[in-house]
Amino acid sequence: MTATLTATESAIRLKGVTKAFGTGESKTLALDDVTLDLPYGELVLLVGQSGCGKTTLISIAAGLLDPTAGEVEVLGKNLTRMSGTRKVNFRGEFIGFVFQQYNLLPAMNAVENACVPLLIAGWSRARALEKAAEVLTKVGLGNRMKSLPDQLSGGQQQRVAIARALVHDPKILVCDEPTAALDAASGRTVMELIKAVACQPDRAVIVVTHDSRVYDFGDRIVEMADGRVEKVSVLTPGETFQPA
Amino acid sequence: MNWVALRMLLGDRTKFLGIVFGVAFASLLMGQQMAIFCGLMRNTTSQVRDIAGGDIWVMDKNVQFVDDIKPMSEGKLQLVRGVEGVEWAVRLYKGVGRAKLEGGNFQQMILIGLDDASLVGAPSPERMLVGDVADLRRPDAVIIDEFGWRYLFPNEPFAPGKTLEMNDKRAVIVGMCYCNPTFQTFPILYSTYSQAIKFLPQERRVLSFILAKAKPGTDPEALCVAVEAQTRLQAKTNDQFFWSTIDYYAKRTGIPINFGITVMLGFVVGCAIAGQTFYLFTIENLKQFGCLKAMGVSNFRLVRMILLQAAVVGFLGYGIGIGGAAGFGYAMTHFVKSTPPAFYMPWQVLALSGGAVALIVTLAALLSMRRVLFLEAGVVFR
Ligand SMILES: Nc1ncnc2c1ncn2[C@@H]1O[C@H](COP(=O)(O)OP(=O)(O)O)[C@@H](O)[C@H]1O
Ligand SMILES: [Mg+2]
Repeated sequence: MTATLTATESAIRLKGVTKAFGTGESKTLALDDVTLDLPYGELVLLVGQSGCGKTTLISIAAGLLDPTAGEVEVLGKNLTRMSGTRKVNFRGEFIGFVFQQYNLLPAMNAVENACVPLLIAGWSRARALEKAAEVLTKVGLGNRMKSLPDQLSGGQQQRVAIARALVHDPKILVCDEPTAALDAASGRTVMELIKAVACQPDRAVIVVTHDSRVYDFGDRIVEMADGRVEKVSVLTPGETFQPA
Repeated sequence: MNWVALRMLLGDRTKFLGIVFGVAFASLLMGQQMAIFCGLMRNTTSQVRDIAGGDIWVMDKNVQFVDDIKPMSEGKLQLVRGVEGVEWAVRLYKGVGRAKLEGGNFQQMILIGLDDASLVGAPSPERMLVGDVADLRRPDAVIIDEFGWRYLFPNEPFAPGKTLEMNDKRAVIVGMCYCNPTFQTFPILYSTYSQAIKFLPQERRVLSFILAKAKPGTDPEALCVAVEAQTRLQAKTNDQFFWSTIDYYAKRTGIPINFGITVMLGFVVGCAIAGQTFYLFTIENLKQFGCLKAMGVSNFRLVRMILLQAAVVGFLGYGIGIGGAAGFGYAMTHFVKSTPPAFYMPWQVLALSGGAVALIVTLAALLSMRRVLFLEAGVVFR
């Protein structure tokens, strides 16, 4: 199929994306013909029951996973046709990741962890640490720079992870269940931070969650079920989300 | 990213020390065992090295190594002297005699009888610790080696005049010399040839070796060929005799196999400890590697990171282990005075154990890399 996608203001465009795992008897269709456009400047919440394909969808959108069928266009680049090496560099340059389990390097302190994407990009360590310190201050951890992950609370670790995801100023921020391991208060802090610091007019932010307590942070909510997108709702400020 | 790799490695102190310990242990075991093997092998040749002065050794056709004595008739000396290219040729007696000590005990001794006139084969002046080789010309005189003295007269400082009895003949110790440690470890006595014969039971033939010097411009190897052709004896250069002696012990004793087994064990244990700990280390960090992969670290860079980690533990472990082995050898050769040490660490031992360590860490790294390379970046979300 020739690309019918055209470059628009969309940060992420999925067209007819299908992803199957396994073959024969054990074959699961994690994504079933998903077509979705996500714009810059919004905080998109991807919600749905566990196992409905949310993680698979963001993995494909972030270039971590190849779709079985369909087209993926991110930042105007067709990921489906990109070579492995270029995709790795593309991720490093344009995408920031936040994980449910924080995934910080346990041997390195907060500021060292936060500077890793800059090191990957080839910055000198001194400059990278300086920039990371700035971003850590923005996420409210200016006083915990030298703390190791296991000296920080879950919420603080997730804030370090957010600093790390933003330190290289990515065009897309992908967060998979960032609040799932946190108590309600820390979860809110993390979401407030994502809303306040991460959301920028030239950046798309996708947060996967099945934590209904944080639904009101979304500008747009994509509901999924059984590998399909059921409904996309755009919320205006003050409006509360009503699940389908 | 090298910095990140090192931080990851050093971050898990216990595992890091475990891997380094494994490599160090393997290097220590391999290096030490190889050095003892080399030492033992080298010790078998100590008398080839110590009895210097000639260019070639002439001996019975059937002699296989330096301690294999097959006496020749006295007439052979003239034959050898008659070979074109021989500058001079002298007798050498070498054998094992039984000495009766002052207390009445018996002790096996290596007895070396030197040509009365020239004393060819005597310890060089640097090796003479007390006395002078010329003292050998005094009646009943013998010179004993340092280890031998310490063994026979423990805790007694050397004093000339001590006597032994061999074949009911008195031997007076007039000097002490350093001898390279021997394989048999018996005390060594030097005397003149005529004196040595008196220390032996009556035998028909006593000429163990003939030491010969090549005329200037005559190649010793060529001279050996000439001697063999004209005398029906066997002739070897110092170097040839050195290697044929080692060859004999290597082939005819279990030493290489036994040490080979220990070295193999060291290698296997090293692989098991270091390899497994390194592998476990990587597996435990798989999520972190996956995370780096997601954040844009290429497989190539990950491989470099793992290789760097492997190289660091390899170098550290090797340094500690081989340093330990060398320290052990140093201690043995410098502080243990009563028994001749068997420890020799030529560069080949360093290279071999270094190669083995490189192999261990490379194997460990390859095993780990496989897991990291085939890691789906998507695992970060699991
Ligand atoms: N690597 C995989 N291999 C096999 N099945 C997978 C794999 N990843 C996801 N799946 C399956 O795909 C479906 C969607 O999974 P996922 O995207 O993780 O859901 P969610 O994130 O919404 O909980 C599930 O049925 C899951 O078991
Ligand atoms: Mg998920």
